Amino acid sequence: MPNLHLGLALDGAGWHPAAWREPDARPNDLLTARYWSDLTAEAERGLLDFVTIHDTLDAPPLRKDLVRGRLDAVLIAARIAPLTRHIGLIPVAVATHTEPFHLSKAIATLDYVSTGRAGVQITVSTESGHFGRRDLSASTEQELAAEAADYVEVLRRLWDSWEDDAEIRDAATGRFVDREKLHYIDFTGRWFSVKGPSITPRPPQGQPLIAATFQVGADLVFGGQFAELAVFLDDTEPAARDRRDRLNEITPPPGDIEVFAGTAQQLADHLVDRGAPGFRLHPAVLPHDLTAVTRDLVPELQRRGVFRREYEATTLRGLLGLSHPANRYALGSR
Amino acid sequence: MTKQMHLAAHFPGVNNTTVWSDPQAGSHIEFSSFTHMAQTAERAKFDFFFLAEGLRLREQGGKIYDLDVMGRPDTFTVLAALAAVTDRLGLTGTINSTFNEPYEVARQFASLDHLSAGRSGWNVVTSWDAFTGENFRRAGFLPQEQRYSRAQSFLDAAFTLFDSWQHDGAFSYRDEHFDIAGRFDVPRSPQGRPVILQAGDSDEGREFAAASADAIFTRHGTLTAGQEFYADVKGRLARYGRRPHQLLVLPAVTFVLADTDAEAEERAALVRRQQVSGQTALRKLEEVWNRDLSGHDPDGPLPESDPIVGENTIALGRASTRMHKDPLALVAKWRALAEEKKLSIRELMIEVSARQTFVGSPATIAAAMDEFVQAGASDGFILVPHVTPGGLDEFADRVVPLLQERGAFRTEYTGETLRDHLGLDEGGDA
Repeated sequence: MPNLHLGLALDGAGWHPAAWREPDARPNDLLTARYWSDLTAEAERGLLDFVTIHDTLDAPPLRKDLVRGRLDAVLIAARIAPLTRHIGLIPVAVATHTEPFHLSKAIATLDYVSTGRAGVQITVSTESGHFGRRDLSASTEQELAAEAADYVEVLRRLWDSWEDDAEIRDAATGRFVDREKLHYIDFTGRWFSVKGPSITPRPPQGQPLIAATFQVGADLVFGGQFAELAVFLDDTEPAARDRRDRLNEITPPPGDIEVFAGTAQQLADHLVDRGAPGFRLHPAVLPHDLTAVTRDLVPELQRRGVFRREYEATTLRGLLGLSHPANRYALGSR
Repeated sequence: MTKQMHLAAHFPGVNNTTVWSDPQAGSHIEFSSFTHMAQTAERAKFDFFFLAEGLRLREQGGKIYDLDVMGRPDTFTVLAALAAVTDRLGLTGTINSTFNEPYEVARQFASLDHLSAGRSGWNVVTSWDAFTGENFRRAGFLPQEQRYSRAQSFLDAAFTLFDSWQHDGAFSYRDEHFDIAGRFDVPRSPQGRPVILQAGDSDEGREFAAASADAIFTRHGTLTAGQEFYADVKGRLARYGRRPHQLLVLPAVTFVLADTDAEAEERAALVRRQQVSGQTALRKLEEVWNRDLSGHDPDGPLPESDPIVGENTIALGRASTRMHKDPLALVAKWRALAEEKKLSIRELMIEVSARQTFVGSPATIAAAMDEFVQAGASDGFILVPHVTPGGLDEFADRVVPLLQERGAFRTEYTGETLRDHLGLDEGGDA
């Protein structure tokens, strides 16, 4: 059995909407850098492949019994990047309302500040009130996904728009760059056109990782080759189930992903039986279920010989077994 | 009592002020360079770090301009990362109000302010050119005469969002540029609002600053010009119910340091030669002539042809071309100067290139800077080093201690936030 890949989804006080009520939850810290760096440092101690950081540009809930207050996920990832060394950082970004040119350089920069550990999870939005220029009422899911696919194409082209060796600093001719190695991307689509090149040189990974939960030309599909699982982990199965039932009683959870409640040992068996190459686990309560993953689940998987005992690569692509991609515009690769 | 100055560190720009051919020059994009300069600034107790922005690679003669240092990071992302490697330094950058939307930018600044514990600042710039617009969905929809009106609207909309938490985040903003409503999801940040910087020097730009900004960048490096500008913008504040200390005047300045004044002058001349290579001289000449001069020898005489008057089509994506308002007069002046001093193209361009603002020994520079501030020409300076990333090191080590001895600069941070450093009130309505 090859090595399993494990990522963690970080979202507010945890995946469960009532997570903030739990005794070790830190709902008052959600807006501090320390909260996110603590969680990510713990995930890195557990040798996990990456964390995703949830985000949305839609309106927060009106209900007073839910956590409100969210920070920009790309900025959280950038803030914790210099404090970590190995773990991949995958913030969520919304394609529908944002500029692919801006996001391209933001993720390229995240790749620079993390020296090769950046990714991005692309999502779409059906709300437009915060961005009055667009009426989305007639847009179908397919159209939003098609726009996101164009967006991903633009990200990829912009990342390749500087060849790796474009910067030459040639004193003899006075040239800082070889402009033959800079490329217009000339993308024209139904929703936007982008000329390029990027203002940011090609990032360390060449192509930072693109993830999504739907078909958009991503490297990594959550709910596809990576299975999604929300987890309640305790020392005994009844304790985990009780906790799950107690929180469900307070606030019903979203029904979009499978939920596991049990011990770390049982979860290790379950992951191995599933046979997926990787999983994104959504800790139901933070930090409780994250710590259970890093301190209990990971050692179980290591004992079974299916999880790394040390980081074997310095980039996110490397951790996931992806090579440094050739540049689509470079002569040698045409 | 000596008035204390404010100091900021400008990460070297994407232009020929930045000397990449210097043996000390490092990467312009690796994070270690940003860390080095920010930590140097913080060690020297500077008020803030500043990062400029340009959203399209510059072109000249239809080709990407390849002589200057180039390649920039994303402003927000690099500032957020710098918050992890600094504790007190303000973190400011340029964000364009034309190719962005208020909801997203307000969210990003509020996030940066939380993640840096109150150290964020925003240099609001406007642009309208269709050339840059080709990189954006929001391409080319803004007539030039509306750029300040959109910038003001953009800022007002962002202020509405920053202040929305008093209504649980509910907001609504509508005018000729924006029609947005909903709920903001970032609770009030430590500073309330980021510190607002403004760099326009035009009448409209000054008015915009007087109405809404906390600090204004200028390029007035001489004492008299500085005093005039200072009096002018401070004089505009009363109209908006604001007091003089609520808008700081901070000229962007360059410097060359050495053990003695004479050595510094020598070094300054050398730096200007580094900044203006033969090829750079020709390209700068093209900006004014507005035509292709690539066949000319930079070590030879000025072209005999006259400049093409009218819209500048040769150099795209740079602000400086707009400054050449009367190319015929400028060329006549240059011809006379070249004739009189027997200058080649390159020698002339070095001669007319901007001289460094402060040149001298540490003592000379400290005295000159202090005088500038005491004489009412500025509230401090934005220092623009010409080498990445170590261009601030000497200043931090040799000039700052002298400023501190004179009582002209802080010896320790006394507050936590950038507004604390700048002596500004908390932003917005709580």
